[in-house]
Amino acid sequence: MMLNHWDWLPTHYQYLIHGLGITLFVLVFSVVVGFAFAVPLGLAQVTGSMPARKLAGAYCNYIRGTPLLTQIWLLYYGVGSLFPLIPGMREHFLWVIRLDAIYYGLLAFTLNFAGYEAEIMRGAFLSVPRGELEAARAFGMSPMKVLLRVWFPSAVLKVLPTLAGEVIGQLKSTPLIFTIPVMDLMGATSKVRQDTYLVYEPLILLAVIYMVLTYIITRGFNYLERLIPQRR
Amino acid sequence: MALFLGGVDLTVVAALSWSELFSYWGGLLSWGETGFGDELFWGAFRTVQIAVFSYAFGLGLGLFGALGKLSGIKWLRNVLGVYTTIVRAVPELVLILLLYYAGTDSINSVVIALGYPPIQVNGLVAAIFVLGFVQGAYSTEVLRAAIQAVPVGQLEAATAFGMSTFKRFIRVTLPAMLPNAIPGLANLWLNCTKDTALISVVGFTELALATRQAAGVSKQYFFLYLVAQAIYLTISLSSTSLFDWLERYLRRGQRKHA
Repeated sequence: MMLNHWDWLPTHYQYLIHGLGITLFVLVFSVVVGFAFAVPLGLAQVTGSMPARKLAGAYCNYIRGTPLLTQIWLLYYGVGSLFPLIPGMREHFLWVIRLDAIYYGLLAFTLNFAGYEAEIMRGAFLSVPRGELEAARAFGMSPMKVLLRVWFPSAVLKVLPTLAGEVIGQLKSTPLIFTIPVMDLMGATSKVRQDTYLVYEPLILLAVIYMVLTYIITRGFNYLERLIPQRR
Repeated sequence: MALFLGGVDLTVVAALSWSELFSYWGGLLSWGETGFGDELFWGAFRTVQIAVFSYAFGLGLGLFGALGKLSGIKWLRNVLGVYTTIVRAVPELVLILLLYYAGTDSINSVVIALGYPPIQVNGLVAAIFVLGFVQGAYSTEVLRAAIQAVPVGQLEAATAFGMSTFKRFIRVTLPAMLPNAIPGLANLWLNCTKDTALISVVGFTELALATRQAAGVSKQYFFLYLVAQAIYLTISLSSTSLFDWLERYLRRGQRKHA
């Protein structure tokens, strides 16, 4: 195993940079939007009515109990194959969206992150001391105000340390998007491998890039945690 | 109803009644030449097989890794530190590709050096080793944390009784750390069953790839992926309840918290 074939770097680096952009976009989009979905999903499991509780719990179990790869394929190949059956769909302006795999990828990654994060938010909402919520209610705050001023902020503070791990986990799942044709970092690497017939060098560079990204995310969250004053 | 039947001519589908639809789906899942029931079943069987063996291999690796990390041997600790850090920072998919090619290549270079023709490495064995190697890094961390959570006093008491290091491990450390390790190990098992789907990328026919092939032939992507997900979900949910029972069993006689 000789690792000295790097002459493809000058000719192929723009694929890698473009792929890195896609990977980071998928990561940031799915984390931000997924977290926005996760908050109501987690809340529904704690205070919701019985059907809402059951529904949100079932959703989390489904997302966490099946491989992300099959979720992506179900959306892209499964749901994607249903669209042409809708009468008039081919003439509709949304038809363009059907064609591009990245929309399916974004949806799958967002729904997946929401499912995992909702379970964590559920635990965080439960772990806020009852006394704090009772005090807020005793001040005459409306339920919405209790949520916005007391419940949600202290729940978020509790998940911040685990959020770093979740985001890194999400980063490590992003290469799955290349199995539906999206040219992310992994897709760019396969392109290099097809062009050069090299096995190891592109994959090792890919592994190094992911390690650097992991390191940056870890440091970023450490910094974020230090910004927030907390009594331990 | 038409929506569930991707790829089937609309005029035909609209004429189907519910019972006809169900019998059509039933036919898709039938055994033998006409249906994909046997393909999916063997795919699921392979999935469970890979998961069980790679999990066991990973656990063995993890136990060795945890004891090595807690031992006083400096170079061993450094090597294990590099192993767990790299494996946990690189995506599983990338690791599986790298290890799959590197593993089969290095076996063949040894075989060729010994003067034999290159061999085709068994896909199942390769999958088990690759996934187990990845699992090993995660189990190392879970087991190390669980062992560290055992009160030092208990170990000192065991030593004071004159137990050898091995006996102390079997009689005190292991039973005391297992309940601590179970939630982490349960998580690892669930990850392991789900990670088997990644093996499909190197072309090994487990449940995910079997489903993809069946869907490619029949064009019933939506229905067949739902069936595959139901199988994965069954595996996950049943193993969750199994681990819950196991933890209750291992915690028998312990004081309940809160």
